[in-house]
Amino acid sequence: MVEELRLPLVGGRVEAGFPSPADDFIERSLDLNEQLVTNPIATFFVRASGNSMDGAGIHNGDLLIVDRSVTPVHRSIVIAVVDGGLTVKRLSKRGSVASLLPEPSNVDQGEYAPIEVGSETDATIWGVVTWSVHRLQCTR
Amino acid sequence: MVGTQVAMYALADCNNFYASCERVFEPHLAGKPLVVLSNNDGCVIARSQEAKTLGFKVGDPIFKFKEAVRQHNVIVRSSNFALYGDMSRRVMQTIRMFSPDVEVYSIDEAFIQLAGLARRDYLQEMRRMRATILQWTGIPVSIGIGKTKTLAKLANHYAKKTTGIGGVAKIPEHPDEMLKTVEVGDIWGIGRQWSKKLRNIGVKTAFDLAEMDSTLIRDSFNIVAMKTAMELRGYTYFNFEQSPEQRKTLLRSRSFAKPVTTWQELSEAIASHATRAAERLRNEELVAKVLRVFFHTSLFNHQTPRHSASAVVELIPPTNVTHTIIKAALEIAKPIWKLGFEYKRAGVHLSDLSSGQIQCSLFDSQEERVRDKRMMKLLDAVNTSMGSGTLHFAATGFTKVMQMKQLKKSPRYTTHWEELPECLCGLHEVQGGMSHISQNTK
Repeated sequence: MVEELRLPLVGGRVEAGFPSPADDFIERSLDLNEQLVTNPIATFFVRASGNSMDGAGIHNGDLLIVDRSVTPVHRSIVIAVVDGGLTVKRLSKRGSVASLLPEPSNVDQGEYAPIEVGSETDATIWGVVTWSVHRLQCTR
Repeated sequence: MVGTQVAMYALADCNNFYASCERVFEPHLAGKPLVVLSNNDGCVIARSQEAKTLGFKVGDPIFKFKEAVRQHNVIVRSSNFALYGDMSRRVMQTIRMFSPDVEVYSIDEAFIQLAGLARRDYLQEMRRMRATILQWTGIPVSIGIGKTKTLAKLANHYAKKTTGIGGVAKIPEHPDEMLKTVEVGDIWGIGRQWSKKLRNIGVKTAFDLAEMDSTLIRDSFNIVAMKTAMELRGYTYFNFEQSPEQRKTLLRSRSFAKPVTTWQELSEAIASHATRAAERLRNEELVAKVLRVFFHTSLFNHQTPRHSASAVVELIPPTNVTHTIIKAALEIAKPIWKLGFEYKRAGVHLSDLSSGQIQCSLFDSQEERVRDKRMMKLLDAVNTSMGSGTLHFAATGFTKVMQMKQLKKSPRYTTHWEELPECLCGLHEVQGGMSHISQNTK
């Protein structure tokens, strides 16, 4: 009933023999979290859905890393709450006016009205997208 | 007291925590009445402010309120403890950025010792903390500041119900006027029975209780009530990890979906109840001294043979370790179980509960207890993040007789890759001069 738990054997034996000359140089392995997640408490992962941000390099199905502790600035990619839903947008700040824009690929460029943050649309900023993880090849 | 540092506590309490967690990832739920149900989708265990206003109460069986749910478009959710647990961790970690001395009191409350902070403007500092928690986690909290934990709790209550003060309140230097506005029943640790008794003798507000003679309180109530009154006067009686509230007993029991006849099934049910009970003990940092196990056949069906059994054992030393409690429970249950009866219900009852300090005993080793404590911590961590029951003791069985019904659970947004929130990359167009999001993805 109980499955055996297999654990990888880490490092060499320690009780006898000469130590490996490489042992002194083994420090640690690289962890992507260190690069991608600056503030784990405020970081959330979300999934992008749709194509309106293709121009910004965010494609359907991409994994987005969102840091809510980052202050959004002009040109930030943000997760915004628009009409009660979470959406991905490019933030544009002109003076005191902040607006949200989609960024489709060149092919899809059309007429888009920017959404003003805090206007009658009740749009608010949920967090700042700091990284996008895009799969290039299906493994397995 | 010149020269000594005056103690100062804050209590941070998340507003309608479970409902707030649901709203972080589904902003469209803002402003709507929402209730969260107990494990089996049975009763209301949490409400949004709007649901409170509509009159929903904790403990209401939801099936009785179908009409009200429909009429007011109340959002009903199963409990999503993987989500609540993760959001709670984030809130508590944010609080620890502001002070190292934090006592997590429950999933959504923490006491903070302020006296050691570099910044002396506590009110300002706690406002900053509140804003940070809101920005980082999306969870609104209320914060109360006072010289004692009882006063901090009272200030928190005041902060919650008073609009226009930004969710943070501090007990003033001369608190009499404020204490006069607080009903005696709203004081931490003063239960319904005491508040009734107090009102009968003319003690109606927190101010009245603070003014009451200590000896009289001790003699007519008990030492805890007296300590509470002293705390209202600003004298610390409850240090960190101490509180006037403490549960005395803990019961975990349930009826079986279908009658149980074998020892295997019965022992699994008992072990499962023991597991839940031990988890709850650890959550409240309590240990139990007395364990009772019971099971019986249907109380109403007189056609089949009837049997009711119960056994008690003293746990030495008092414990909250899952496998110790399971082992003890099964040891006393086995001899009283009889073949040939259709058991309808089983349960465990823990009593003589006390706070976490486990006394040393000659019969167990320190080493063993440290190991057990670490193991329980790991067990609780895994079960919180991956869903209750993910890691469990073999004695609780692999096919549970009792299954949880959770039909309206939201995704585990923060702990499962397959359940991440979706963010729409959609186009919005100009339409009638108003900008809106069009749902034209794919």
